Amino acid sequence: MRKALLLPLALLAAPALAGELEVGVQIPRLNVAEYHRPYVAIWLERPDQQHVADLAVWYDLKLKDDEGEKWLKDLRQWWRRSGRQLDMPVDGLSGATRAVGTHQLKFDSTRPPLAGLEPGDYRLVVEAAREVGGRELLRVPFSWPVDGPQSAQAQGETELGTVTLTLTP
Amino acid sequence: MKPNLKWAAVALAVCLPLSAEAHRAWMLPSATVLSGEDPWITVDAAVSNDLFYFEHFPLRLQGIGDTEAVPAGSPPGARPRPAARLSVLAPDGSEVQPQNGSLGRYRSTFDLHLTQKGTYKLAVANAGLFASYKENGQTRRWMGSAADFAKQVPADAEELKVSQTNTRMEVFVTSGSPSETVLEPTGQGLELRPETHPNDLFAGEAAEFVFLLDGKPAAGVEVSVIPGGIRYRDQLGEMNLTTDAAGKVSITWPNPGMYWLEAETRTTAGVTAPASERRASYSATLEVLAP
Repeated sequence: MRKALLLPLALLAAPALAGELEVGVQIPRLNVAEYHRPYVAIWLERPDQQHVADLAVWYDLKLKDDEGEKWLKDLRQWWRRSGRQLDMPVDGLSGATRAVGTHQLKFDSTRPPLAGLEPGDYRLVVEAAREVGGRELLRVPFSWPVDGPQSAQAQGETELGTVTLTLTP
Repeated sequence: MKPNLKWAAVALAVCLPLSAEAHRAWMLPSATVLSGEDPWITVDAAVSNDLFYFEHFPLRLQGIGDTEAVPAGSPPGARPRPAARLSVLAPDGSEVQPQNGSLGRYRSTFDLHLTQKGTYKLAVANAGLFASYKENGQTRRWMGSAADFAKQVPADAEELKVSQTNTRMEVFVTSGSPSETVLEPTGQGLELRPETHPNDLFAGEAAEFVFLLDGKPAAGVEVSVIPGGIRYRDQLGEMNLTTDAAGKVSITWPNPGMYWLEAETRTTAGVTAPASERRASYSATLEVLAP
């Protein structure tokens, strides 16, 4: 009886569990005399660069007197499109800087910021800026929603490694 | 000398107590776009030939260092002329005071603590009369207020030529999100009314600026835009534009960096004796970011 009830429910729920957007960001190992983990902003934009939604901002949250926020403007494209309008830290968005390696972020399409994302063309944007280092910005174009699983990637050259985007319907 | 350089020289001379010739006067902020909870900027102010180098004289500003002292490098017997007045407007429109002012051989320096979020405006504005005449065969220049004119310029001066002048020099700095309050024009002299926010300038993008004379759009104003870093290139790289009928120019920034913008206009409209013409100039140091 219980199983019989659950099965139709699962079927009903299936379209609502529509999908997932997974972002992989590789922070490369750099051979430099003075290394600090990069500040990274990850967001979605329209093809005309209009900001749609922030996915994550990694910066130095722990410095006293919020001193880490002083350098957020070095993520200069993100600062222009979104950051300067925010009062950091923002729950669900702010995070500590990440170590060298690949970091995966998953976003459920039934929840903000993906819920309510209108069908259309978008770009995933990843911007990284490093203290006493450089800055790099990568874009990965995609269309939303997707019919089947899709993936795309962009390759950084200096401050970022591979950025991957995986979409599941 | 090219006419517009000449006007620049004259306009600057009015604004700048010590420079009689065609030097450029400017303020250079350490940053124009800031994040964080407690931002400060430091600003250099100088008169120089090349942008943005400290090589000639400091820009003398009231309350910044000892402006009563005779500047080093002045001709013998020179007396310091009155320092110009710096006004710093906070995003809410109130005036705030610079800190840690000092007057050096080549530059003035001061700090600003940006305690409000939004756009600040630093302005040095002057209005007055400029006179040139001959006395005992020597060319003399005089600048000052209309009230002092009759007292200080001989009534029988030969070859007397008097102009009514307005000069304005500005810098914009934004902490957090840009705001509009300080962009409101005063309605006096030549001013910039930005359609593109002056702290939202990016290389490769066009910025639209309207120039106003006494608050009204000014057509035919000559605008010159010069990138900083002159010392390290052969060409000045100047862009010359003229405002259209609506007073507007569109500037596409070729590269990121600090730029010096200067606009000037002359007219005989509304001029009252003893002046026979009117000259108004505006300058700004603008930062253009990399996209």
